Amino acid sequence: MAYFLHILILINIYIIIAISLNLIAGYTGILSIAHAAFYGVGAYVAALLAVNYGTPFLLNLIAAMIVAGAVAAVVAFPSLRIHDDYLVIATFGFQMILFSIFNNWVSLTRGPLGIPGIPQPKIFGIAITSHVGFLILTGLLALAVYLFARRLVNSPFGRVLKAIREDEIFAQALGKNVIRYKILVFVIGGALAAIAGTLYAHYVTFIDPTSFTILESIFMISIVIVGGAGSLIGSIVGAVILIVIPEMLRFLGMPNAIAANMRQIIYGTLLVVMMMFRPRGLVGEYELR
Amino acid sequence: MADSILTVSNLSKTFDGLKAVEDFSFAIAQGQIVGLIGPNGAGKTTVFNMITGFLAADSGEVFYQGKPLTRCPAYRIARSGMARTFQDLRLIKSLRVIDNILLSRPQQSGEHFLPAVLRRKKLRQEEAQNRQKAAELLDFIGLAEKQDHLAGALSYGQQKLLTLACCLAMEADLLLLDEPISGIHPNMIEKMLSLMTLLSASGKTILFIEHNIEAVMQVAGHVIVMDAGRKIAEGSPQMITNNPEILEAYLE
Repeated sequence: MAYFLHILILINIYIIIAISLNLIAGYTGILSIAHAAFYGVGAYVAALLAVNYGTPFLLNLIAAMIVAGAVAAVVAFPSLRIHDDYLVIATFGFQMILFSIFNNWVSLTRGPLGIPGIPQPKIFGIAITSHVGFLILTGLLALAVYLFARRLVNSPFGRVLKAIREDEIFAQALGKNVIRYKILVFVIGGALAAIAGTLYAHYVTFIDPTSFTILESIFMISIVIVGGAGSLIGSIVGAVILIVIPEMLRFLGMPNAIAANMRQIIYGTLLVVMMMFRPRGLVGEYELR
Repeated sequence: MADSILTVSNLSKTFDGLKAVEDFSFAIAQGQIVGLIGPNGAGKTTVFNMITGFLAADSGEVFYQGKPLTRCPAYRIARSGMARTFQDLRLIKSLRVIDNILLSRPQQSGEHFLPAVLRRKKLRQEEAQNRQKAAELLDFIGLAEKQDHLAGALSYGQQKLLTLACCLAMEADLLLLDEPISGIHPNMIEKMLSLMTLLSASGKTILFIEHNIEAVMQVAGHVIVMDAGRKIAEGSPQMITNNPEILEAYLE
């Protein structure tokens, strides 16, 4: 039972991640592979505050969102002048930089040793310690993120994002400040990813750099692509599928060492198959350029 | 020209040593329809791109309603009341016709992050007003019954009409149309030309690039002829058609 709840909690966390990345990649068309880094910044800020200063969960959450949003703004800057394939490489560069900060700034992050003993959250006097408690907390935040994102993408703001994805020049000709929107959407996406990072840190109670690697970023973009770029429901579907499929390997009696490798093979195969037969994703409307 | 809405003075642009536009100057009065003609590669679209801020001029200046636009980014120029279309027809084809027009409306508070998320009531009111305006514009261009189609599903001529409606939705006073009738059905040509005449009668100013000389003669009150990056003639349509040298330069 605990295992089953654990999977549901992970799904909730990844729904938040996928939606936040979908705003950047799916709705605005900026294919970023730096998302695990934003998620990591959120996790580290929350963990460091909680462990070093004993600050409450909600404060950690807000601080994580602010810092990750600021980092995302920095990542956004070069992406304003770069397009397509080059942009992917630029975001890859930021992913590497941030990972190496997590891994090498030992006095702050303890490097590869990671940060243990992150306290479980306490919100308005309610301590969340059980799986059920975390399921409710992550579920509520995932719902909040979904509702927020839905409002945003269905507003005139969202209409401008889609216009930028389809034709940046036309958006400019209509008087839209494309640069401002790109920075904003990175900040929003980064801040939302930090919600997931904060939840993860407080849930698992231990973080280390291996959770925030380029592979993790690629896994995140896979969720968005498989589910459907530019579809919020797609992000939910994608998160469920990509979390659940590899877990099913356990039930096939596969040893853990092999299962870990199989997971990568399955993600890879899934991506290739999707690109060949359904590039717009399971429930998406648009192909990611 | 003191009362000109647009003044272009001594614009020049060189691409890799090739003089695309050289010392190009003109002025347009409010309410005029001006045709910019010339052979392919004469630099007409380059002039448009420099006026609208999509391309930085090497030298020269552009004044809109007396204010200099030099080094102003394209989106600011678009907001100042000057709208343009593109030769290669730009629209958001995956959005519905009406959404393209709604997208074009200026100064929407719902396009800002916080109001988009928090000020739902104001947003709905604003959107309702913009829908009203969009419906009027769709009536004007005769695409009212197509409002819920995807823009990409329209015929080429209808798409060109829609780009015109987008410019009007921006509340622009000066319209720069890059080949508004090229490649469209003859019926559509008549439609587009009559809309242009109507717009000019209602006070809009139009500068357009076109290869169809007959059409230019039909609607333009003033014609500028360009060749090899330079202005070679300017005047009334009659003056241009009566000048064999110009016709020769243009037709070669």
